[in-house]
Amino acid sequence: MSSMETSNLTGRTFRKMFAEGKRFDGRGLNDFRAIEVTYNVSNKAEGSARVKVGKTDVAVGIKLEIGTPYPDSPDKGNIMVSGDLLPIASPRFETGPPKFNAIELPRLVDRAIRESGMLDLHKLVITPGEKVWTVIIDVYPLNDDGNLVDVATLAAVAALKTAKLPALKENGKIDYHAKPTGPLPLSSETYPITLTFYKLGESIFLDPTREEEEACDSRVALGLSKWNGKYMINSCQKGGETPFTKAELEKMMDLLPGKFDEINERLKKFL
Amino acid sequence: MAEFKRPSGRGMTEIRKMSAKVGVIPNADGSAMFSFGDTIAIAAVYGPRLLHPQHMQDPSTAILRVNYDLLSFSVYERKKPGPSRRSQEISKVTEWALLPVLDLKEFPNTVIDVQVYILQADAGTRTAGINAASLALAHAGIPMKNLVTSISVGKQDKNIVVDLDKDEEDYEEGEGATDFPIAKVANSDEYTLLQLDGKIEPSEVKKALTIADEACEKVYEVQKRALKEVVEQ
Repeated sequence: MSSMETSNLTGRTFRKMFAEGKRFDGRGLNDFRAIEVTYNVSNKAEGSARVKVGKTDVAVGIKLEIGTPYPDSPDKGNIMVSGDLLPIASPRFETGPPKFNAIELPRLVDRAIRESGMLDLHKLVITPGEKVWTVIIDVYPLNDDGNLVDVATLAAVAALKTAKLPALKENGKIDYHAKPTGPLPLSSETYPITLTFYKLGESIFLDPTREEEEACDSRVALGLSKWNGKYMINSCQKGGETPFTKAELEKMMDLLPGKFDEINERLKKFL
Repeated sequence: MAEFKRPSGRGMTEIRKMSAKVGVIPNADGSAMFSFGDTIAIAAVYGPRLLHPQHMQDPSTAILRVNYDLLSFSVYERKKPGPSRRSQEISKVTEWALLPVLDLKEFPNTVIDVQVYILQADAGTRTAGINAASLALAHAGIPMKNLVTSISVGKQDKNIVVDLDKDEEDYEEGEGATDFPIAKVANSDEYTLLQLDGKIEPSEVKKALTIADEACEKVYEVQKRALKEVVEQ
């Protein structure tokens, strides 16, 4: 049964219930499920975390490598987000070349983190113009019950917070056995999150289960952070073919600051 | 706020010189070129044609398949030919941007292929590509409710500007540069593409969309003129 897609009947039921502000699990349309953060998934990674939101579960590991800077930014380190939708996480995921969702997920996490400025790339330079740190963020969903992008961003940010810069040997290679030299150069302000709004019929809602997500018409993923005390949207991507109206977008904009604060508040107990 | 001048010397809501031409690829069922300044996109439509392999066919509708890419010599550092993650993402969001205006139910079991290539890139390639693709679909005679118009609004530091070029996208003062490409069903408030990189406050989004709406009207005029030219010939 687990591999069945959301049926049209369920989709119609969702449509009707959402219009009345109701959900199968009793949540309000903009409520997140329970959030749980654990750290140190792998002690071989420079930082790692696993975030569960309801039954959705994403593991993220940070690996640091010594790389060369891009020619157009000799004074900056690099960020790279990769990952895959492995068949361990869902009967819907298959082995083989990455499908579009597997390409899009790390790209959305990348933009939310990169554009928020949480990671100070200027401080990741080892030798200007020659050697810099490349921060590699690998995102692996372990169980997909919807809303992977938001959960993956939470896990990536949590993993970055715990990541340590490894020591270097005299020959310039990484010394995995020496004590790390310190944390990554992170901004001390609040950390970015992604909020993805989903649309079904006239209803807009957050944090869908897989069943709810599959019934949806379209969605818009918004990367959000605080910068100099102001709420900032750092990234945005609409997905799916149904358009969003201006009124719908304005409604989302009004919800963002409160939701951002609420989620950051809920994350505090895991610090 | 101190007077802000765009490095390009353009006014805040001034779009680069646009041009559009329909029917640029004789072999295609429909085709068009659209340019914003130095950014030039060409699009060709092939189809509706029978979709192979057969198991991909949908008996209730045609499917739309968009392929966007940069030609290798369209940028300073040669772009390695072949699809990248970036180009695959832009192909998909372009598909989503165009689908709402198309009526594909009349062509069951078929595919409509839209090929979008960038000849010369100076930022705004996906928006130019969408404008070209929309024209090419109209030129191919695919039933459409309306044209899709696309433009990038953005910010340099705190200032909202329209149609950033590459130099402007690389702006690093203050809040830096924000790129906010959108597409919409022409003359409506329905947005079919929304992407963003940079920094914009939630409270500023409405203003940015209003500025984008005005710019899209100008894009629409250029598109209509290009279509009329081909009808009159």
